[in-house]
Amino acid sequence: MTHVIEFIVFLPLLAALAILVGAPARPTALAAAFVGLITVLVVAFQFNPDHEVVGGFAYQFTSSHPVLLDAKGNAVLSLAFGLDGMSLVMVLLTALVLPAAILVSPPESGIKGNPRLYYLSSLLIAAGALGAFCSTDLFFFYAFHELALIPTFLMIGMYGHGTNRVKTAWTITLYLGAGSLVLLGGLVALFYASGGTTFDISEMIQQAKIIGPAESHRWVYLLLLIGFGSLVSLFPFHTWAARAYAEAPTPTAMLHAGVLKKFGLYGLLRIAQPMLPDGAEAWQNLVLVLLLGNILFVGYSTIAQKRLDLMLGNSSVMHMGFIFLGVASANVIGAHGAVMLMFAHGISIALLFALCGGLRDRFGSTDMPEIGGGLATKMPRFGIIFAMAAFASIGLPGFANFASEILVFFGAFEPMQKSGATTLGPLQWTCVLALWGVVISAVYMLRAFRRLFNGPVRLGTPDCADLTPAEQVPLVLLLGVLLLVGFVPGLLLKYLTPSLELFSTLGR
Amino acid sequence: MDPNAIAWTILVLPLAAAVIIFLLLKRWPMASAVLSTLSAFATLGMSIVLAHALGNSATILTQSYPWIALPGVLRLEIGLLVDAKSAGMMLIVTGVGALVHLFSLGYMRGDAGLARFFAGLSLFMFSMTGIVLADNFAMMFIFWELVGVSSYLLIGHWFEKDSAADAAKKAFLTNRIGDFGFMIGILLAWVVTKSIVFTEMKTAVDAGGLNQVLLGAAVLLIFCGAVGKSAQFPLHVWLPDAMEGPTPVSALIHAATMVAAGVFMLARVAFLVEGVDHANIAATVIAYIGGFTALLAALMATQQNDIKRILAYSTLSQLGYMVMAQGLYGSTEGLFHLYTHAWFKALLFLGAGAVIFACHHEQDIWKMGGLRKKLPITFATFALGTAALIAVPGTSGFWSKEEILVKAYGTDKLLYAVGIGVAALTAFYMTRLFIVAFLGKSRSENAEHAHEVGPVMWVPLAVLAFMAVFSGYGFITGGFPAFHPGHTHEGSHEAGFLTTILSLVALAGGVFAGWKLYSGREREPISLRLLANRFYFDELYSLIIRTVQDLPARLVEYLDLYVVHGLLAYFPSQLARGAGWTFTRLQSGHLQGYGFLFGAGLLALLWYLLS
Repeated sequence: MTHVIEFIVFLPLLAALAILVGAPARPTALAAAFVGLITVLVVAFQFNPDHEVVGGFAYQFTSSHPVLLDAKGNAVLSLAFGLDGMSLVMVLLTALVLPAAILVSPPESGIKGNPRLYYLSSLLIAAGALGAFCSTDLFFFYAFHELALIPTFLMIGMYGHGTNRVKTAWTITLYLGAGSLVLLGGLVALFYASGGTTFDISEMIQQAKIIGPAESHRWVYLLLLIGFGSLVSLFPFHTWAARAYAEAPTPTAMLHAGVLKKFGLYGLLRIAQPMLPDGAEAWQNLVLVLLLGNILFVGYSTIAQKRLDLMLGNSSVMHMGFIFLGVASANVIGAHGAVMLMFAHGISIALLFALCGGLRDRFGSTDMPEIGGGLATKMPRFGIIFAMAAFASIGLPGFANFASEILVFFGAFEPMQKSGATTLGPLQWTCVLALWGVVISAVYMLRAFRRLFNGPVRLGTPDCADLTPAEQVPLVLLLGVLLLVGFVPGLLLKYLTPSLELFSTLGR
Repeated sequence: MDPNAIAWTILVLPLAAAVIIFLLLKRWPMASAVLSTLSAFATLGMSIVLAHALGNSATILTQSYPWIALPGVLRLEIGLLVDAKSAGMMLIVTGVGALVHLFSLGYMRGDAGLARFFAGLSLFMFSMTGIVLADNFAMMFIFWELVGVSSYLLIGHWFEKDSAADAAKKAFLTNRIGDFGFMIGILLAWVVTKSIVFTEMKTAVDAGGLNQVLLGAAVLLIFCGAVGKSAQFPLHVWLPDAMEGPTPVSALIHAATMVAAGVFMLARVAFLVEGVDHANIAATVIAYIGGFTALLAALMATQQNDIKRILAYSTLSQLGYMVMAQGLYGSTEGLFHLYTHAWFKALLFLGAGAVIFACHHEQDIWKMGGLRKKLPITFATFALGTAALIAVPGTSGFWSKEEILVKAYGTDKLLYAVGIGVAALTAFYMTRLFIVAFLGKSRSENAEHAHEVGPVMWVPLAVLAFMAVFSGYGFITGGFPAFHPGHTHEGSHEAGFLTTILSLVALAGGVFAGWKLYSGREREPISLRLLANRFYFDELYSLIIRTVQDLPARLVEYLDLYVVHGLLAYFPSQLARGAGWTFTRLQSGHLQGYGFLFGAGLLALLWYLLS
């Protein structure tokens, strides 16, 4: 089992390579995705949740290949992998969304352009995400994410919908490129702030503790916040997201909104928060204001959307605000909520984009007034799955999203309970306003369901086929995961608790 | 069987039924219906056993299961609290529930969505049981949301009708607004009492020394949840629209049980409401919201023509009584009225359902008339239900309303006066409904050709009629102290005597006025547009939604598109475009180009760091 993580990370890369040299695209991609999923599940069962945590992070299944040594022969930079509870949950997310994304991809004959590149790109995005989540070395953590961005741009530019797709691809390239650059600056500064001797993340945290807080750390944190933030569409760096998801091919939207985007939040929890706790504290109020921008500003903008794909894109931006609230709480409950919500949101938004793609395939449009109502009468199975996905997304109990959100909310109020304060602080007020977002989500989701699926069957609606059993497989897979985790959140929490233990000392 | 297992089975059985129907039985509607109905009767049986097992002991200890457990910081559990309140409430939920299932077998026969309907009913029974048996706020909130969903699904059962789909959405969203406050309230209560488990919270409140301001705020916010679920002013607007659902649903969910969940919840945490020490503003607000809703809804009921809507406004009004009682520290009095009301209001709704069924889905009372002879059983049972609702002495409704009024007499004279006035209005609008729909001559084809419904529908009516009359008597309530406040309240004999006199005057006045105005009429003799149009609340609210939600939403959309995007993306990208060829190359979409740049960038970085 020592090299199992390498196998998980490199499997999609190898499959992509095989497709490039001529292996049949769809079967190869499917095989890689499902073998990957099974491997990850095996790893999850083998994973020891009670692994002793010494200092930083308790990685398991570690492997390391030094790439660069310093003068004394110590590794400065290594291709090093490992899993702790937090990364395991993210890897599970990736491994679950990838097969669904491959399954909803059109058959090779139905792809305009090179079908190999289409399937290969999905695999590369997943490989990049897996590599970033598994890396225990800062350099490769960053590099793998960059690797995943390139196919994302390509997919939007080459296979996207709409006439503006090239412009959209250009915008997102530039935007995320700029964000990555800021992030890079922050990481370089962090490297020096932690002594400048190693890229090993755990060791960097230890070093940072020894060196202690410094005034400059505040600014390093700000760089990381903006860098990571623009990758996660933190307000006001969010405007690339909705349009990019709307115009991206379905599997790309699923993989980016569902998985890759979470890299920024993961980075904040993995790196910025533990290494620069005083920086996090200094900018907490700023984060609170910005996340309200996500929840309220973008939330209201979501209500105004008439196209389902844009609505989902905006809703995905909006929901990032709740995860940021968990991060900003900087305590154990909030951190649990944030990671759980990354997982839950990732699965549910992938499911919704898959359904949106299904509608686009049938009607050639996602414009809600144009499609009209009554679809549930014509496509009952589609209607049921859409309704359940919508309910998951608005945080209904029984789905993973609720279990995660309630943790975020309790996390925001925990400092007040602990200190016995008698007035609400900024964190609690933000939580109160964020809770209004729960109403907003319900408004746009139920409106969309009402518009599309309820009401009388409109005359002139083209005849549309209900979901075929093959189409249902990826949808039911994702829905099943949401229900399972919603009913038994302990399945994931047991992994998370040891790895998030260090947040018990971070909060004020 | 030990009580712990029984309690858990009562909770899980309906869920199992719903899941089995959803996964396996969709193709066999009758099998679904029978399975769902059997599960309802089984839970009724088990609830009776459970109530007996409880006997006179305070609580039955049951096992809890952790749902979310973060060692040392947070524990959210699924746990059951079986005491007099919950055991008694379960009898109502499963009792009315079982009868409504039975009635639905006849009423919904031949409906295309029969399996879906019964799956929804079973899901509702599961959710409602969860609210009633919950031993903590987290679990109660979970099931609170789930009853919202089952209500949404059942109101929208005929979703291909625009009005039904809109009503379902409206119900859900209105409840979400209430739950917004509810959740904040739960969090605040957790902050103040350090727990969300009811028994532990009670201990904390009893120990005293809690921050009064926060506690009061928590109570008011928790009350928001009840305002939504029990449709109190200002969130009352969803309930009349919810009548778009099939009538058995209206009887079970939107009259007897779910809408009473808000009242039950307040009674469950009465220790919080009463735990605020000085100048209990929270309790006063609760009492006045309840009293105001009772009056408002009763006024609106006088001018409606749809038989179900009249009953819906009446439900609002009666719920107002119950909420008022909670605010007057009368949690047992409020629960007692909840208990009697559940039977007679379910009876009235099912009776209305039988009428609608017999008249081929005619709901306008002015197109009925003369049903007395055509539907003798429905007529007789409806008469008993009406008698209970207008509090004719000897019926269950008389006893329970009396309790609340006596409680009000001792606490707040203004609310007492409101209570008496509402009693008169109730007698008035029910007399109107009864005379117009059942007496006189048939005023339409449908009413002319109505036939009595079959036994599967009239048997539930008969059982409910029995309960409508006798459920207030000791031989039925005896075992359940929570619903039987007894006559030991602080109000003296004088208060009881005065209240009885005034209630009788109100009753006689209301019936007399109704009789005088409506006997022998062919059409509405008085027209009060303000009341007929429900004080224009719906118009006001849609105006608010348009100006406070949709308009800003559109504004924000443009801001987002042009200002935020413009400042942070469009201008920089234009600048970059002007800056040089490297960027224009980037958009050409060549994989090699990207790959090269990517690799070169990383290498440059490495070189920089290590040199």
